[in-house]
Amino acid sequence: MTVNQISVFIENKAGSLYGLTQVLAENHIDIRALYLAESSDFGIARLIVNDVYAASTLLKDSGYVHQVSPVLAVAVPDVPGGLNNLLHMFAEAEVNVEYMYAFLGDKKAGNAYMIFRVAEPVKAAASLRTKGVKILEQEDLSLL
Amino acid sequence: MERYYQPEIETASREQIKAWQDERLVKQVKHVWDNVPYYRAKMEAAGLTPDDIKGRDDLHKLPFVTKADLREAYPYGLLAKPLSECVRIQSTSGTTGKRVVAFYTQHDIDLWEDCCARAIMAVGGTKEDVCQVSYGYGLFTGGPGLNGGSHKVGCLTIPTSSGNTERQIMFIQDLQATILCCTPSYAAYLGESMKEMGLTPDQIPLKAGIFGAEAWSEEMRRDIENTLGIKAYDIYGLTELSGPGVSFECSAQSGMHINEDHFIAEIIDPETGEVLPEGSKGELVFTSITKEAFPLIRYRTRDICMLNSDPCPCGRTHVKMCKPMGRSDDMLIIRGVNVFPSQIETVLLKQGYSANYQIIVDRVKNTDTLDVQVEMTPEMFTDNMGEIDRRQKELVEGLRSMLGLTAKVTLVAPKSIIRSEGKAVRVIDKRKI
Repeated sequence: MTVNQISVFIENKAGSLYGLTQVLAENHIDIRALYLAESSDFGIARLIVNDVYAASTLLKDSGYVHQVSPVLAVAVPDVPGGLNNLLHMFAEAEVNVEYMYAFLGDKKAGNAYMIFRVAEPVKAAASLRTKGVKILEQEDLSLL
Repeated sequence: MERYYQPEIETASREQIKAWQDERLVKQVKHVWDNVPYYRAKMEAAGLTPDDIKGRDDLHKLPFVTKADLREAYPYGLLAKPLSECVRIQSTSGTTGKRVVAFYTQHDIDLWEDCCARAIMAVGGTKEDVCQVSYGYGLFTGGPGLNGGSHKVGCLTIPTSSGNTERQIMFIQDLQATILCCTPSYAAYLGESMKEMGLTPDQIPLKAGIFGAEAWSEEMRRDIENTLGIKAYDIYGLTELSGPGVSFECSAQSGMHINEDHFIAEIIDPETGEVLPEGSKGELVFTSITKEAFPLIRYRTRDICMLNSDPCPCGRTHVKMCKPMGRSDDMLIIRGVNVFPSQIETVLLKQGYSANYQIIVDRVKNTDTLDVQVEMTPEMFTDNMGEIDRRQKELVEGLRSMLGLTAKVTLVAPKSIIRSEGKAVRVIDKRKI
């Protein structure tokens, strides 16, 4: 019911994000979504990739400190008010969003996709599903 | 005209000084043998009894005392007088967070304040002066020492203690302070602040400053002298020996006269412990020959220094020491506070960080900065930014309570700290002193 996100510690200085993307590029890891959070001296790069296991092993071997954690990948109807309706259901289900970022869209299917970081993702996914929210599985991502 | 607080002592002949040292050393060795089991055991282990010490020429036979000995003896192990005879403690930080506590009888306080009074008169101080003591008061010896010396000279003493720059400047201006006592970096900071307020040196009533507790350069001396319109003098001391006033600068501004009637100074080879002839560069070792409560015999200061007993134009005959040229251990003095890298390591490990860290010390606008860089570890990493922030603040607080200093903490990538031959370079001191 959840998908795996990789969070990577990087220093907040020129070239460090490039260092990370280079390692991934060289090993043919496809980045499907990326979100950067920064403080004054470091940053956390949050990645959704095509092959979590390969990327995680690779990052470890390359000396990156990282963490794999479950997040929700949610389909959002790509119409005005789509996100608003979705967040309304989050509110009703009392799911607090720690952070969120856009994934990618599928115009044909009429959906955009978003990644949500929440406190108890499995529980949140279950309760959101009962409200009709479309939550993606890990294998759904590779089809997008 | 050169002024002395105790002219008959400060200008005594070298022979007279030697005679005082011989007599007082013999008495001091007997005192510690009789009253401090710690010293007696050390002497016995070296096959010595007090009869072997007939004067300062025999001093080299006695074993050294180190900061580690003081820690081991904490708190009462080196006490040579009953606690009922002691009236004060002062304290300084040690390497493992355990502090060094020094005890004083009233007699010890008197002699210490005499030493500080000599320093104040050596910079031209008299009872007509207004002396502002902007060193910290409390366990730190700077404030209490100069405060006592200022009283003895008869100056009007302003005990502002450290901090609150606006108030410091207000008192200097309103009460027409003529002598300022503080750390050199604070003096420089006060100078800059007064300049920013539009005060020119001739509008500042100060005429002299006594600045110690941290290393400073001749360049910094000129800066301070120019911005404040004063003469700036160095003063040296250690809590272990009493506090500031172990030695002090005179009008010649070319080295600090050691109060040899209270302290015997030696220069040794830090590797072998062998005593080196005058003029050699080596580690400074002190023996306090008049202290009652907390006498130290051959205390290794770890300061690298040189001695010079050439006649001084000021008329004082006591040997001069140069500004300490470095350390024979890894202690750093940051904003007047003693910092050992191991203290920082202790805090890091206790809070779950890695032992891969680097300490970067710099001096920005005449104020020391301390930056602690720590490598992030998988154990400490979390996706939660707020949590990392919170831990970082906790680390700053932990360092502050261990060191008494605010450090900047920077989290860096794993393996980003330079290692030479596999060993990380722990300390980078960029200060040009």
